[in-house]
Amino acid sequence: MRYAMAVDTRKCVGCSDCVVACQTENNVPHGFCREWVVETMNGTYPQLEIEIRSERCNHCINAPCVRCCPTGASHFADGGIVLVEHNKCIGCGACIASCPYDARYPHPEGYVDKCTFCIHRIKIGLAPACAAVCPTKCIYFGDLDDLNSDVSVVLKKRKSKTLIPEAGTKPQLYFLI
Amino acid sequence: MGIGVLAITKGTFGATKLLFSPDEAKKLKVDLKRTPTYCEVCFWKCAGWVYKTSEGKIWKIIGNDEDQHSNGRFCPRGTGGVGMYYDEDRLKTPLIRVEERGKQVFREVSWDEALNYVAAKMKDISSKHGAESMALFTHGSGSTYFTNLLKAFGSSNIAEPSYAQCRGPRDEAFLATFGEEVYSPETTDIRDTKCLVLIGSHIGENMHNGQIQEMSDAIDKGVTIITVDPRFSTAAGKSKYWLPIKPSTDIALLLAWIHEIIYNDYYDKNYVEKYCNGFDKLKEHVLDFTPEWAYGITTISPDKIRKTAKEMANASPAVLIHPGRHVTWYGDDTQRVRAIAILNALLGSWGRRGGFYRPASYVVPSAKTPKYPEPKKAWTDAFPGKYPIASSPVSNALIDASIPENKPAYLIKGWIVNATNLISSIPDQANTLKAIQNLDLLVAVDTMPMEITGWADVVLPECTYLERYDMLRISPHRKPAIALRMPAAEPKSNTRSGYNIARGLAVKLGLENYFPFEKQEELLDWQLKQSGSSLEEMQRIGVKTKEREADDLYFAENENVAFSTDSGKIELYSKYIEQAGFDPLPKYTVHEEPSEGYYRLIYGRTPQHTFGRTSNNPNLTDLMHENTAWVNPKVSKAWGLVTGQYIWLKNQDGVISNFKIKVRVTERIRWDSVYMVHGFGHGQKQMKRCFGKGASDTQLITKVLTDPLMGGTGMRSNFVTFVTEKSEKEVAS
Amino acid sequence: MEEEILVSGRMNQLIDPQLNIWHWQIPLYLFLGGMAAGILCIAALYFIRGRENDYRTAVRITPFLAPFLLVIGLLTLFIDLRHKLFFWQLYTNIRLQSPMSWGAWTLMVITPVSFIWCALHIRDIFPRWDWKFKWICDIETFFNKYKKALAWIMLIYGIILGIYTGILLSAFNARPLWNTSILGPLFLSSGLSAGAAATLILSKDKAERKQFARIDLVLIGIELFFIIHMFMGFLASTQVQIEAAKLFLGGPYTMSFWIFVVTMGMLIPALLEFMELGKFHIPAIVPAVLVIFGSLMLRFIIAYAGQISRWLY
Repeated sequence: MRYAMAVDTRKCVGCSDCVVACQTENNVPHGFCREWVVETMNGTYPQLEIEIRSERCNHCINAPCVRCCPTGASHFADGGIVLVEHNKCIGCGACIASCPYDARYPHPEGYVDKCTFCIHRIKIGLAPACAAVCPTKCIYFGDLDDLNSDVSVVLKKRKSKTLIPEAGTKPQLYFLI
Repeated sequence: MGIGVLAITKGTFGATKLLFSPDEAKKLKVDLKRTPTYCEVCFWKCAGWVYKTSEGKIWKIIGNDEDQHSNGRFCPRGTGGVGMYYDEDRLKTPLIRVEERGKQVFREVSWDEALNYVAAKMKDISSKHGAESMALFTHGSGSTYFTNLLKAFGSSNIAEPSYAQCRGPRDEAFLATFGEEVYSPETTDIRDTKCLVLIGSHIGENMHNGQIQEMSDAIDKGVTIITVDPRFSTAAGKSKYWLPIKPSTDIALLLAWIHEIIYNDYYDKNYVEKYCNGFDKLKEHVLDFTPEWAYGITTISPDKIRKTAKEMANASPAVLIHPGRHVTWYGDDTQRVRAIAILNALLGSWGRRGGFYRPASYVVPSAKTPKYPEPKKAWTDAFPGKYPIASSPVSNALIDASIPENKPAYLIKGWIVNATNLISSIPDQANTLKAIQNLDLLVAVDTMPMEITGWADVVLPECTYLERYDMLRISPHRKPAIALRMPAAEPKSNTRSGYNIARGLAVKLGLENYFPFEKQEELLDWQLKQSGSSLEEMQRIGVKTKEREADDLYFAENENVAFSTDSGKIELYSKYIEQAGFDPLPKYTVHEEPSEGYYRLIYGRTPQHTFGRTSNNPNLTDLMHENTAWVNPKVSKAWGLVTGQYIWLKNQDGVISNFKIKVRVTERIRWDSVYMVHGFGHGQKQMKRCFGKGASDTQLITKVLTDPLMGGTGMRSNFVTFVTEKSEKEVAS
Repeated sequence: MEEEILVSGRMNQLIDPQLNIWHWQIPLYLFLGGMAAGILCIAALYFIRGRENDYRTAVRITPFLAPFLLVIGLLTLFIDLRHKLFFWQLYTNIRLQSPMSWGAWTLMVITPVSFIWCALHIRDIFPRWDWKFKWICDIETFFNKYKKALAWIMLIYGIILGIYTGILLSAFNARPLWNTSILGPLFLSSGLSAGAAATLILSKDKAERKQFARIDLVLIGIELFFIIHMFMGFLASTQVQIEAAKLFLGGPYTMSFWIFVVTMGMLIPALLEFMELGKFHIPAIVPAVLVIFGSLMLRFIIAYAGQISRWLY
């Protein structure tokens, strides 16, 4: 099993609904977020193009955060989901510094927090909150080992990219372009 | 690579033990008794479910899968609606002003005292000036109750700023053309369209949930999107064609398109012949409006105009020239939207798949109440002959009728303002404030201490939509449906629902016959039982959808359609408008251009906020807490502005924004314009999170181009320049 | 033009708008650890080579600083932790791939060793010291017997600690400025030179001072070589490394790096020591303090600059 997410940059309008849905679903404190939306623009008026990406933890196969964690609080769960076990985390910040995507943040309670792919929802057959709420349905989630999963199908059909593949992290958050 | 593999196989001592901590699991445990609601953060009114934690705290709001407005997916504002409930800056208790108007000194009073005070003042106004001297400005769900109250009181001066400051010209143009408006949610069949044309409409930034969802579906199906906008909007980024038009010249482009479509025989001949009136006059009218003619006006190349006209023709009738929503731009807006309506008619999209569908409504009976007293004077009597085709009262006309210098035939002396912050929704703030200073009574009903509450004599705190019942949502859609809103929590502090407030006032005024049910849920239960459901059922399902009675979502082949126009046909040439004394066919008029050093102020929306009403919502300020002034790099270079720098904006009349705004240097805006998101720059200190954050566009809109047909306030008529030094601002003010 | 904005307004504290997770605690800890490592390595090395009596201060006196440095270092590390009550988790887990884990365990070994080393030399400071209890004296006897083994442990763990202070940062692929393996040897040599400087300050023996001035001179030369090497590596690498190098070559940290670290922390003390070795009389404390200051600044500047160095995407 290998969970992955694909975000369709052609449909995403950058509304940030995923961010609020994640915040309420996971009780992320105000002033913090587990995911965010980036908009890039290129060109000169009127020859312009934009790309909008809903970003979060990439749940890397070669996750530097798991590697550098001194206590094993950062770990891989089933399906390659990168999680932080709060009661093992000492809040040293090494994982935060190690993440090229800046996907982790220090929770005010001290431990480090991040996207969990809404593992509590996946376990009962629901999509992650961001994917479930997205008005443009631009977030696809599923198991890459299952060739019929939403994410496998869309990744096969469409061109995609990952962020900073050259960092060698083998990210599992894909962007359809 | 090697390290990575190691990380999985060996590197996780004791991994996958705990997926989430017991604390977290406890936190996530939910009360399975979810309660239905429909959203009140914007006018789209999506139906959803409010979930609570095991301690009964409101946790999250999720869309109802059965709902056609949301399809189970709320937008960011709806999802962040919980913040409206938790906002600690909410109004908490009724207030009565103790000092002169404008000085914000209030005393906290009981509901009884507040309502007695208002009722006494209303009676006083009625006896001195007549009941019609009371006016209501309203928005949202509470409108029904306060409208009922005011009509029972004997006044029909009930205005929604959503008419004259927003969609009015569109409604009138479509009524004049098709005999029918496009409703809310609009009857646009975006999901099945093959060509979507957006004229200044920034779907994706305006978060009209159903439309965004359908646009996304259409993108999956390979729709061609054509966007006309001086700004590279999000929608422009998804478009095959972006037409970076010179602001204020849209009608020229529309006329050129009509020219192309008629003279190239692109139009739907059968449709036009069968359903339309005045084609020949239209054809003659647009003879000279060639793409070359339009090029000189719009700066859009003739080639691009031709190509896009052909794209529309290829998709016909599954083509949708979107009617827009906020269309009060240049004062000739009814005529511009008329051109849009005509274009749709020529391409045969009205009543066709991929164009406009026919909506269907769920029928629910109203409570039996006594007949309303006939108002002695209507709003039109204040300024006879003005705005002849306006089918709803015009908010700015009511404001003008409150100012003695304007010499209205009768003077309005009292306002009830429900859930609309007139200070930031009505342009020309000085005029609004002048009107307010002439009132005998100003009552503000709101959940938040908006600017208007600071000017009010009496502030009546309403509870949020999460704490109350409201009328059933009966908006027409593809299928007839109703949705229920019920409280998920008790009203916080000393707040009350709009129904309670309006009924409370009615009781004090001796008008309780008009509110026969003491509690709203009794009314709802009665209504629902009359229409084959019950409150109990609706509390369980939230949304009830019926099948259409007939398979008539679109016109049938060669169906004989009776349009509700005077001629019973689609009026390409509008006799109705001609009789009112205006051009029966749309014409391009030249508008003023910015002078040297000034830039046209264009405002718009952001998906994360609803106008100015969510600016203090803790969930949504997390996403966006201030607006920015978009400036083209050419302009920023000339002025030495850099991204992130705070400046003030000054308009052509010398008005300087109260608060500073951050510069965003971007290629996405034309060099002759400055863009900002509406709804920021709040000056009300009680709203701690949004006070002084960003600048208010409304404050800078002092020049209004009023649509003579229906009173819409054209607001894209203002020009701004930059003020970089505070001292200069202080000197100027 | 190119524009990249966060439309969801992300402002995670200590992450946005740029990484700012580590403040004074971590660089101070890296400096203290590095200096302690330097002191202990030098002491161990001269002891093993049997030069204990030639370099008495370095072997017997200066190491008394090490336990203090280490304890203060551990304290700053503890202050930096945000989930403090769970710090013990460091010592219920061994994570071979985590430099932080290595560091924690290394400190777990070298801190007691440094205490023992001091205990063995306590009479050099307090000549009439009495352990009072026999069992402590027994332990002392035991360690005196295996002092050479103890010195080897101290040397090896000292080197690990010294290198670790650099590896901790260089293991972070995400921060291109840190992500160079030169950082390990650079920090080790910087720690050794700070350790040598400590002896330079404490020693009253002219010959020993001269020797340590010489050592410092060599170490400064090595450091400069590593720094030049580091920039050569960056500039010959990919865009992100070039951007990282630019932080010091025209970027926001140019002045502080070249003035505090290179000029004041290396070139001036090297010049002064060179003069001292010649005929000039220079108070030994001046170059030594400058070296220690430079070593401290190096940690601070690298730690802070690294946090704004990022991948471009």
